[in-house]
Amino acid sequence: MTAIAELSIEDELREQVFMVAANGGEIQIIGGGSKGFYGEAVEALPIDVSAHSGVIDYDPAELVITLRAGCRLVEVEALLAEQGQMFGFEPPCYGEDATIGGMVATGLAGPRRAWAGGIRDFVLGVKILDGRAEFLRFGGRVIKNVAGFDVSRVMVGELGALGIMLELSIRVVPIFETERTINFEHGQADEHIRWINELGSRPLPLSASLWQQGVSRIRLSGSELGVAHAAQQLGGDSCEHDWAAVKEQDHEFFTGGEAITRVALPPTCADLLDNPGQLIEWSGAQRWLRGDVDIPALRAQVESQGGNVCAFRKHDSAVAVFHPLSPALLTLQRKLKSSFDPAGIFNRGRLYPEL
Amino acid sequence: MPQVRRQQLAAQFREFLAYDCVIDQRTSLAAYECDGLSAYRQQPLLVLLPENIAQVQQIMRLCQQQRLPVVSRGAGTSLSGGALPHADGVVLSLAKMNRILDIDKLARSAVVEPGVRNLAISEAVNSLGLYYAPDPSSQIVCSIGGNVAENAGGVHCLKYGLTLHNILALKVVGSDGEIFEIDQRSMQTSGYDLLPLLVGSEGMLGVVVEVTVKLLPIPQCARVILAVFDSVEKAGDSVAAIIAQGIIPAGIEMMDNPAIRAAEDFVHAGYPVEAEAILICELDGTEAEVESQIARVEGLLMRGGAVETRLAKDEAERLLFWSGRKAAFPAIGRLSPDYYCIDGTIPRKALAAVLAGVRSLSEEYGLAVANVFHAGDGNLHPLILYDANNEGELEKTEELGSRILLLCIHYGGTITGEHGVGIEKLGEMCVQFSEPERNQFHSIRECFDPLKILNPGKAIPTLARCAEFNAMHVHQGQVAFPELDRF
Repeated sequence: MTAIAELSIEDELREQVFMVAANGGEIQIIGGGSKGFYGEAVEALPIDVSAHSGVIDYDPAELVITLRAGCRLVEVEALLAEQGQMFGFEPPCYGEDATIGGMVATGLAGPRRAWAGGIRDFVLGVKILDGRAEFLRFGGRVIKNVAGFDVSRVMVGELGALGIMLELSIRVVPIFETERTINFEHGQADEHIRWINELGSRPLPLSASLWQQGVSRIRLSGSELGVAHAAQQLGGDSCEHDWAAVKEQDHEFFTGGEAITRVALPPTCADLLDNPGQLIEWSGAQRWLRGDVDIPALRAQVESQGGNVCAFRKHDSAVAVFHPLSPALLTLQRKLKSSFDPAGIFNRGRLYPEL
Repeated sequence: MPQVRRQQLAAQFREFLAYDCVIDQRTSLAAYECDGLSAYRQQPLLVLLPENIAQVQQIMRLCQQQRLPVVSRGAGTSLSGGALPHADGVVLSLAKMNRILDIDKLARSAVVEPGVRNLAISEAVNSLGLYYAPDPSSQIVCSIGGNVAENAGGVHCLKYGLTLHNILALKVVGSDGEIFEIDQRSMQTSGYDLLPLLVGSEGMLGVVVEVTVKLLPIPQCARVILAVFDSVEKAGDSVAAIIAQGIIPAGIEMMDNPAIRAAEDFVHAGYPVEAEAILICELDGTEAEVESQIARVEGLLMRGGAVETRLAKDEAERLLFWSGRKAAFPAIGRLSPDYYCIDGTIPRKALAAVLAGVRSLSEEYGLAVANVFHAGDGNLHPLILYDANNEGELEKTEELGSRILLLCIHYGGTITGEHGVGIEKLGEMCVQFSEPERNQFHSIRECFDPLKILNPGKAIPTLARCAEFNAMHVHQGQVAFPELDRF
C-alpha cells in the first residue's frame, strides 16, 4: 500500500466522521464482522474500516508490533509465528476476517488470559479518529510509558464507542517451546475451583484450565525441561486437547445452537451456578452456561460476589447483553463517552443504551 | 492573610479530624514542602492526615465546596514533583491509612490501604510463598497508593509488568467525596476500562483509598549473569539477541562506564572498572526452566561480543552483583554534590544513537552524565552530575535534561517511563502530544474532577504553558535542536 493510499483512507474516514457529526447522524463501525454478535444491535450508517490495513513496524527484538487496525488477525498471528512470537492473551478470531481493531474493541481473550493477562495489559499505543474528526495518538511503541493518561488501554473493550481505531502498538511475547495437557478427575465444580487456585500458588508453568463434566484439564507451557518437570510433579494423565476449539468456541459446548451465557467471577468464588453442564475456564474466573438462563436473577446472585453476567450469544434481544453498571460508574462512563464523542455518533447503544 | 485563612480552615477540618491530624504549624509543614524532586519547594496551607475512608470523603466534600486544591501524598518519593504542594491548597497525606486489611492465600491477593509500603506487602505474604512483583527502587519506603498514582515500575517489569498489571481492584474517593469502585478480580468487566486511567493519573482523577493487589508465587530459583562489554552497542545488541531468542529475563540492566566506576567505588561489587558497559541479567522460574536458559543466555552473550561472563555461584554472589546496580544512584551521589535523574524510554534499537547523543550533549553543557538502563524495556536513566551551589547550574542541568527527553521523543520513545510528568516534564508534554491530544487529557480530567481541584498544575500542561515552552524551544515551527538529526 502506498503512502498516498494510506492517507486517503484516513482522510476519507475523517471526512465521513465530520459529515455525520455535522448532520446529526450515527455510525456503526465494521471491521471483519466476526464479532458482530457481541453487544447490543446498532442501527446506524455502517462504515467498513477493514481496508485500513498493513503492518507499520515490527522488530521481534523490541517485542512490539505496530499496525493498522484493519489488519486481519489470522495474518498477523502467522506473521508473529514466523518470528517465534504471538499475542500473549490468545485472542479468539471467530472467523477468518477478524481484524486487530475488532480484537481490541471487543477485548475478548482466550484460555491463557488468567495467567498471561488480558488485551488491556498488552496494548501500548493507539491512533484514533475521535468524534470531532480529530486524529489523536496516545501511548507509544515502548513498554514503559507514563506520559499522559493511559488512553490507549481504555480502547480495549470500548466496542467502538469512543472512536475509530486506526493504528495500534501491541506488545508480543515469545511462543513457548512446548505445551502439554494433563487431565484430572474432579467430580464437583467446587473441587476443581479449589484445586486449580491452589496450583496457582505454586510456581508452575500453567497456561490454561478447563473443567467440564467432572474432568479438569490444565495446560502447561514453557521449556521442554520445565514442562516435563512440572508434569512429573503433578501426575495426572497426559492427553491431547484442542484448546483452539475452546478459544474459538468451535467446541461442542458452544455449537448446539442454544443461548450462551458468560459468568465472570473472582476465580476462587464458590460454584454459585450449580449447573452440571457448565464449562469453567480461567482458573475459575470465566464460567459458561448454555441453554435458558434467568439472566436478571443470575445477575442479582453474582453481583455481591464481584461478578457480572453477559448474555453472550443467541439470547432474547429483550435481555440487556452487558451487566448493568453501578450509578457512579455509569455517570463517569457517560461523561467519558461525550468527552471523546460529543455528538454521540459512534456505535451508540452497543455497550449500553446510554453510551 | 494566609495565616488567618490557614487557622480558619484548620478549625473546619478539625471538626472531623483529630487535632494532630491537621498540621498547620509552619515548622511541621516544612516536612511536606517537597517530594523526591527537592529542587522545588512550596508550603501548603495545611497538611491533612485522615485515618479512614469516611474522613477522606469529608475532606473532599469540604475542599470541593471551598474549591480548595488537594494534593494527595503517599511517602513523598516522587521524582517528578507529583506531590509538590499547592500554595493555596491542602496536602492530603494517606500515611496514616497504612493497614493491610486482608490477605487471601487461595486468591493470591491482598487488600491494603494506600499508605502501606510497597515492600511491606511482600514481607507480609512471604511466609505464604507469595510476593508483590513491582519493585521500584524506593520500595522500602514508597507507598502502594503512590505506586498506583505513578504506575510505578522497577527492575522486573519486563517480565512481571508495571503496577497496572498487578492491581485487581481500586476503591476511589472522587473529587465530590463519593466513592466509586473498579473491581477487576473477575478478569472480564463491562463498560469502559477505567483502571488504566486511574493508574498513573498522578492524583488528578481521584483519591485511591483501598487497593487490591495481585500476589505471585515466589519463583523457585533466580540466577544472575554479569556480562562485560567493551562497547555499549554490543551490550545493547546482546539484549536484543536474548529477547529475540524467546527468553524474557526477570530483569536485565545495563550500566555504562561512569556508572560502573561510581558503583564499584561505593560498594565493591567486583565490577570491571575498565568496561564500557556491563549487563546484569537475572533469570527466574523453576529450577528446570532456569537451568535450560542459563546456558543459552551465556552463549548469546559470548556470541554478542561479551569480553567475559560471570554466573553468580550462590545467593550471596547474586546479591553482590545486584548491589552495585541497586546502589547506583547513591554511588553517583558521592561523586557530585547533586545529581538529577532523567527517565526517558526509547525503542531498544535506538540505544546506541541515544547514548551518543547524550554524550555529545554532556560535552556541550560541560556536565558529566552516567547512564543506568532498564535494558529490557528501554527505560533509560541518565544521571546528570551538577552542583546546585554554582549559580545557574541547576537551570543548565534542567535544560540538558529536557534536551535528553526531546532526544527520546525524536527516536520514537517517551519523556517518562516510570517517574511521571509531575511538574517536571510539563514542557516536554507539549512536544510529545498535540494540542487536540492535550485537550483530550483535560477533558478526561474534567469527567472526574469538574472543578479541577485534584493536583492542579501537574501532569498535563495548559495551553499557556505550552506557548511559553514552545517560545523557548521552537523557532519557525522547528524544535530548536537542529543537531538532533545528526545523532
